[in-house]
Amino acid sequence: MSDAPSAAALTGAPADPQKGSLRILQLYPREMNIYGDYGNVLVLKQRLAWRGYGAEILEHNAGDPFPDDVDIIVGGGGQDSGQVVIQEDLQAIAPRLRELAEDGTPMLLICGLYQLFGNSFRTYEGTVIPGIGVLDLETRGGSERLIGNVVATSEEFGEIHGYENHSGQTFLGSGLRPLATVIKGAGNNAGEKHEGARYRNIVASYLHGSLLPKNPAIADYLLRTAAERKFGAFEDDGVDDSLADLARQHAGARPR
Amino acid sequence: MNPLPVLVGKAARFASRLRGGGSAFPGLVVERLDPGFMGRALSTLPRGVVVVSGTNGKTTTTKMVVELLEGQGLTVFTNRTGSNFTRGVAAALLGEVDWRGRLQADVAVLELDEAHAVHFVKLVPPRYSLLLNVLRDQLDRFGEIDATTRLLERIALATTDTVVLNREDPRVAGLASSITAADVVYFGLDASLRSTFPNDDELRGAAGTAPASALPADVVLASVDGNAASFEVEGTTTRTDLRLRGVYNIFNAAAALAAARAVLGGSADGDRLFSSLAAVEPAFGRGESLVVDGQALELVLVKNPSGFRLGLKSFDPAGCATMIAINDNYADGRDMSWLWDVDFDSLGLGGVDVVSGVRAYDMALRLKYDDVRVGAVEPDTTDALRQFIRGSAGRPKRIFCTYTAMLAVRRELSKITKVEVVS
Repeated sequence: MSDAPSAAALTGAPADPQKGSLRILQLYPREMNIYGDYGNVLVLKQRLAWRGYGAEILEHNAGDPFPDDVDIIVGGGGQDSGQVVIQEDLQAIAPRLRELAEDGTPMLLICGLYQLFGNSFRTYEGTVIPGIGVLDLETRGGSERLIGNVVATSEEFGEIHGYENHSGQTFLGSGLRPLATVIKGAGNNAGEKHEGARYRNIVASYLHGSLLPKNPAIADYLLRTAAERKFGAFEDDGVDDSLADLARQHAGARPR
Repeated sequence: MNPLPVLVGKAARFASRLRGGGSAFPGLVVERLDPGFMGRALSTLPRGVVVVSGTNGKTTTTKMVVELLEGQGLTVFTNRTGSNFTRGVAAALLGEVDWRGRLQADVAVLELDEAHAVHFVKLVPPRYSLLLNVLRDQLDRFGEIDATTRLLERIALATTDTVVLNREDPRVAGLASSITAADVVYFGLDASLRSTFPNDDELRGAAGTAPASALPADVVLASVDGNAASFEVEGTTTRTDLRLRGVYNIFNAAAALAAARAVLGGSADGDRLFSSLAAVEPAFGRGESLVVDGQALELVLVKNPSGFRLGLKSFDPAGCATMIAINDNYADGRDMSWLWDVDFDSLGLGGVDVVSGVRAYDMALRLKYDDVRVGAVEPDTTDALRQFIRGSAGRPKRIFCTYTAMLAVRRELSKITKVEVVS
């Protein structure tokens, strides 16, 4: 057991008891947390705290019972070997995840879990790993790894900044919109200029870095959606994002 | 043989040193003129070649192995500049060989970058290798840490005599199953210390995968008490003071002891090994202590989440002014994600005086989310350092920095204070 911050340490009571708490579930924090995905969870928790809301951080690891009542789901990236470890468990909780997705639960899916929430992943060697079919997309292992800084734009969230590192090339089905158009970097695959996917209240992306700290518009979209679903409203006094703005400017100026 | 390539290489080395840089360039010259130069020079050493690799701690550990072996009376060749590419080794050799390309040494101890080591071992199969760890830095180069593991495996498979492995790193310990030609020995931690040194899989929450205390280790780090530590070797526990700072260096001391013992075979003088170890000074930028304005200033190199966590844990922030400088150049690793896997709560009380580097705002943003107060954000390292020193008069100082930020900080500091010069 390391002295890493535990889920319990992250869980915060609301500053304003009237406002209540959101339950945030991180999927497979052990195997699928290679690119600072914990940062995405921390950002959600703190942005709630700064607005007087509480956050209850839950973790789902392979073999755990899936929690009943979840307001936001965060899934991260892992190594190919980590994806193999969670395979069976992910299939076991897939019906529940499909139900939550269709029902409009906000989710953030990065890299490995973005791929596995699709229909299938065909590895470079030709093995087909089934996905859970929440998102209508296919991923194929490529010979070239796509690595580097990324800038992309979306009508919904403006400019999106992050870093990509993936060998899987993802192709969206007809029912799925890309999250953003790539300005710098590769995104979903080396051929199209698309990055990520949007479906119902799901934001899926290859960008880590972590994604949410430098992209507070996406963080707040997830929080607002979850709060409105749970409390009927999101009381937002705003957050000072001047540091995030400066970090975005500097990230955008870095070479690929 | 034709001495010309060696002489041309030596001339190139002399010229590039006059120009004040380019440590690998003469290596390129001699590699082009005489591709067999390095293999020939190293193949004649009576005790062969030791390769030290892994993602973290190579420089300090190599320095320790060298000094342990020198303490036993051996003449050791090493690539001291931290130029850990094949070409850097060739360049370092040029400084040591005679005009016929012959090296007067008993053994070579070489720090090699994981990817370059794979090329090196094809040219020069090492007799011994010491494989330290597979931590999560340089993912921008290798894609996955499992890919890094496969690079270390190639080194292990090329080793002819003994491979020394970290028992506590599951990826490194796992290499044992594929090694057939060489013997395998381990260095490890006492169970009571495991939680102090999380491996890469243990960074977040879940219980450890640290394997098998069942594997017998040649050297075990038994306890750490400030800058003193106890090591267990062949059933005897020895306590020694260390000049090295940082618990990660103390664990690597166990690695260096195991490697030195492998090289020395039965002939090691145990007492002298420990007295040599006690005398080892930190390497360039790795927990170095300098003096600025009459106050101690420590440089702590940080490259990945485990290293940064251990750095924060090793150095008490109380009463100390803190600066953090984060660059994202190639040598630092381009990807900044790992900052989010470091817990900065320990800096919460005193805050961070100055945050600097190319990714200063990413770092400041990270601290904001851990509620750590930041005094100033100044991406330019020179300005930041001046501001830091001015603002922290009368207090000891500490700078956590990535590799290229460390070079920049050191360059500036050398204008202010005396800094150890590494040839």
